[in-house]
Amino acid sequence: MGRLDGKVALITGAARGMGESHARLFAKEGARVIATDRRDKLGEETVASIRAAGGEAMYLSHDVTDESQWQSVIDAAVARYGKIDILVNNAAFAAFHSAEESLLEDWNRVMDVCVKSIFLGCKFILPAMQKAGGGSIVNISSIAGMAGMPQQAAYQAGKGAVRILTKSLAVDYAQYNIRANSVHPGMVRTPGTRLVLEDEKFINMMRDKTILNRVAEPLELSYPVLFLASDEASFMTGSEVVVDGGYIAQ
Amino acid sequence: MGRVSGKVALVTGGSMGMGESHCKLLAREGAKVIVTDVAVDAGEAVAKAILDAGGEAMFLHHDVASEADWMAVVDKAVGAFGKIDILVNNAGIVIFKPNNETTTAEWDRVMSVNSTGVFLGCKHIVPAMKKAGGGSIVNISSISGMVGMVSQAAYQASKGAVRMLTKSCAVDYAQYNIRVNSVHPGAVRTPIINVLGDDTSMIDALVATTIMKRMADPIELSYAVLLLASDESSYMTGSELVVDGGWTAA
Repeated sequence: MGRLDGKVALITGAARGMGESHARLFAKEGARVIATDRRDKLGEETVASIRAAGGEAMYLSHDVTDESQWQSVIDAAVARYGKIDILVNNAAFAAFHSAEESLLEDWNRVMDVCVKSIFLGCKFILPAMQKAGGGSIVNISSIAGMAGMPQQAAYQAGKGAVRILTKSLAVDYAQYNIRANSVHPGMVRTPGTRLVLEDEKFINMMRDKTILNRVAEPLELSYPVLFLASDEASFMTGSEVVVDGGYIAQ
Repeated sequence: MGRVSGKVALVTGGSMGMGESHCKLLAREGAKVIVTDVAVDAGEAVAKAILDAGGEAMFLHHDVASEADWMAVVDKAVGAFGKIDILVNNAGIVIFKPNNETTTAEWDRVMSVNSTGVFLGCKHIVPAMKKAGGGSIVNISSISGMVGMVSQAAYQASKGAVRMLTKSCAVDYAQYNIRVNSVHPGAVRTPIINVLGDDTSMIDALVATTIMKRMADPIELSYAVLLLASDESSYMTGSELVVDGGWTAA
């Protein structure tokens, strides 16, 4: 008996890294998974390996900043699996500059991928979740949405927006039996963070500030995401689940 | 295979309400459970119910405000099960009075159970957890430890202390592979609210201001405790898990 048996889950940015890990764990726990991304080859490979392991999943090419693509992705997912119970807004984009050094186009890109994508996703997911009798939205924010950090102005603003947009969704969608919570990872070892992890000065600063004194593996984020996505978190909405090895706590 | 198979868990205040629910879920997920409480008959019944369901458990009489009790309980638990991996500091009492109406005796009683009980537990469990190669401490705080509420002066102070003591222990014990996190329940349907008698006005007000417009069942807290107790939360320490139906989010 899986913890997500009978559920349908849409995960954005699922071709690699944390999103891939969430998709694998969700499928292992019985969910039918719609993995979406712009990296089609990697996304198809992820889905193929989930299916090879006995899971049920489909891949859809998806630019999360594109309104019409959200509608078509949700339509295709519902056509295939009948409903959507879970939406994990995982796709993200980071730029590492102070505000002064950030270009407006970097700012717009970060805000579009990290924030507007969630606005759009939650806007178009509502009918599918109402059909399912309710649902769970898990928005991946960051500890960068909670505390000041060097050289991440746009990313911090974006993740801060995700943090509080989640609470707005929690308030407005409770009447439809839809919960919305945010997850706040610290430093995680993924293809997307590879370059940052190679920056010795930055990684030493992160490690020194992190109680557990290490970087997380993606699966360590996937279990809290699974928990929020599942009915086990039935009394949680508008909550912030910090999975950062203790960075924020000290 | 349970999610805490092979682990030994000590749960204070395990005789009824949330504590009883935590004991039963941890046992169902494979842990050997030490149920402790001042309520002997109810505690024995919880241990028996776990045994009858095929789990492993023992009951120990335990006043969490007593240091001698803590030392005896930890000794007996380690004597019976060989080690302790998980401590759930759940025992708590509540007095619904504003500060000026609270007697010093009432203040001392609330602080001694809710705060000193957690201090003593963390203090005396560490040698056992070091022996086990690490561990997870889950401290039950409250949303009353986070935001102002009506007529709970001593309770709020005691739960605020738990919230911050948790982070202190997270910092100090990480070197021993011991994680420490807090859980912050909102309104939960347990016998503790019986002190309010027939006056439902306080609970009604709490429910009215909760996004989900209802109280939690104890099991809805137990799954959150299970996540933190298990290795699934291996990158979480010093975190606050708010399980309040959205009370603090709005």
